[in-house]
Amino acid sequence: MSDCCGKGPASAGETLTATIRSGAKETARSLGTGLLALGIWWLVYLGLDPFAKWVTFSLLTIPPGSLLASAVGFFVFEAPKVLMLLTLVVFAVGIVRSFFTPERARRILAGKRESAGNILAALLGIVTPFCSCSAVPLFIGFVTSGVPLGVTFSFLISAPMVNEIALVLLYGLFGWKIAAIYAGTGLWIAMVSGWVIGRLGMEKHVEAWVYAASDDGNGGEGEVRPTWRERVDYGLDAVRDIVGKVWPYVLAGIAVGAAIHGYVPENFMAGIMGASAWWSVPLAVLIGIPMYSNAAGIIPVVQALLGKGAALGTVLAFMMSVIGLSLPEMIILRKVLKVRLIAAFTGVVGSGILIVGYLFNALL
Amino acid sequence: MKIAILGTGCSKCKQTVEVVRQAVLQAGVDVSIDKVEDIQEIMRFKVMRTPAVAIDDKVMISGRVPTIAEVKSLLVQA
Repeated sequence: MSDCCGKGPASAGETLTATIRSGAKETARSLGTGLLALGIWWLVYLGLDPFAKWVTFSLLTIPPGSLLASAVGFFVFEAPKVLMLLTLVVFAVGIVRSFFTPERARRILAGKRESAGNILAALLGIVTPFCSCSAVPLFIGFVTSGVPLGVTFSFLISAPMVNEIALVLLYGLFGWKIAAIYAGTGLWIAMVSGWVIGRLGMEKHVEAWVYAASDDGNGGEGEVRPTWRERVDYGLDAVRDIVGKVWPYVLAGIAVGAAIHGYVPENFMAGIMGASAWWSVPLAVLIGIPMYSNAAGIIPVVQALLGKGAALGTVLAFMMSVIGLSLPEMIILRKVLKVRLIAAFTGVVGSGILIVGYLFNALL
Repeated sequence: MKIAILGTGCSKCKQTVEVVRQAVLQAGVDVSIDKVEDIQEIMRFKVMRTPAVAIDDKVMISGRVPTIAEVKSLLVQA
């Protein structure tokens, strides 16, 4: 979630100065280039499996069937695969996000009733560009323009937790089922937790000055409708920014996975973090809160835990707790929320994560 | 003319300060640059995304680091 706050190239602004001289001809040409790029992407993607086999067996001449072959083959196949998937998805999500701004999310959510509002807010949290260092201005912008407190929380919970990086990595390394479970339960936690916080009636635990800073909803940068050219640039910027930052974590995760694939005996962790140890889920959540990492950084750890026999529910709980509940974010939010509301927020979201953890340990 | 850079101190805010300094230097205009880091002060500008750049109390850029060229053109217009 902290991706956006890190050091990034100052390239986002170039898009605006790239002036609006795109005629129909240029649109057609960009479309053609895009399709061509997608075609090449697909061909390379299809070629990864034979390429990995060639590297492992022919280039490095590792005998088939050995532990080393299994580890090397896994790495040579998975590393480019996951990075390619990540690039494509980050680009696509970048384009989608150019249609959504926090200002727009606020307009949609203002005056919405709860429940429907909670659902909408959790969904908007996925597609709206969000950065934890903007959490406070966003929070104030929402609540002062009539978005209910609980609905605002649904947005703030979903935005960091359910994100494209987490989903791509989970899909690439563990398959679509685990990615879908993560997305579904993450959304569920955001919706329900926001709704519960709304029911608790904690508006008085928001710092008083927040409501005093009333907002007519017209603040901020004047909104200009971006051209398609600018949306593509936005997507490319997202790729440069995000993929450029997370690739070492991704490679580390896959390397860990490869080592486990080849060497470490399974069920190594089963005793401590297996489904039979009831206390493993709350422990995972408690350990996760002070840890602060983005989705990419936590993946190597998840890979190691799952590979060594930790139960899926426990690992999901750990991952959600690290990404969704973080001490630094609470400190930032302390500027606008009184301690009791922060405690309620942590308690409610933490309980949601516990339920998800136990549920999947019981089901699988 | 006065420029306010709004941000609570994240690294993108620092980059923005640097970009604005450079732009002002290159444009050779006489302006005051003010870093606004207090969140209550920032909210007076009604931004929802930081870093943001305001020229004469009007928010021109929010939620991203601008380029030097972009800030220069804003300075010339203002």
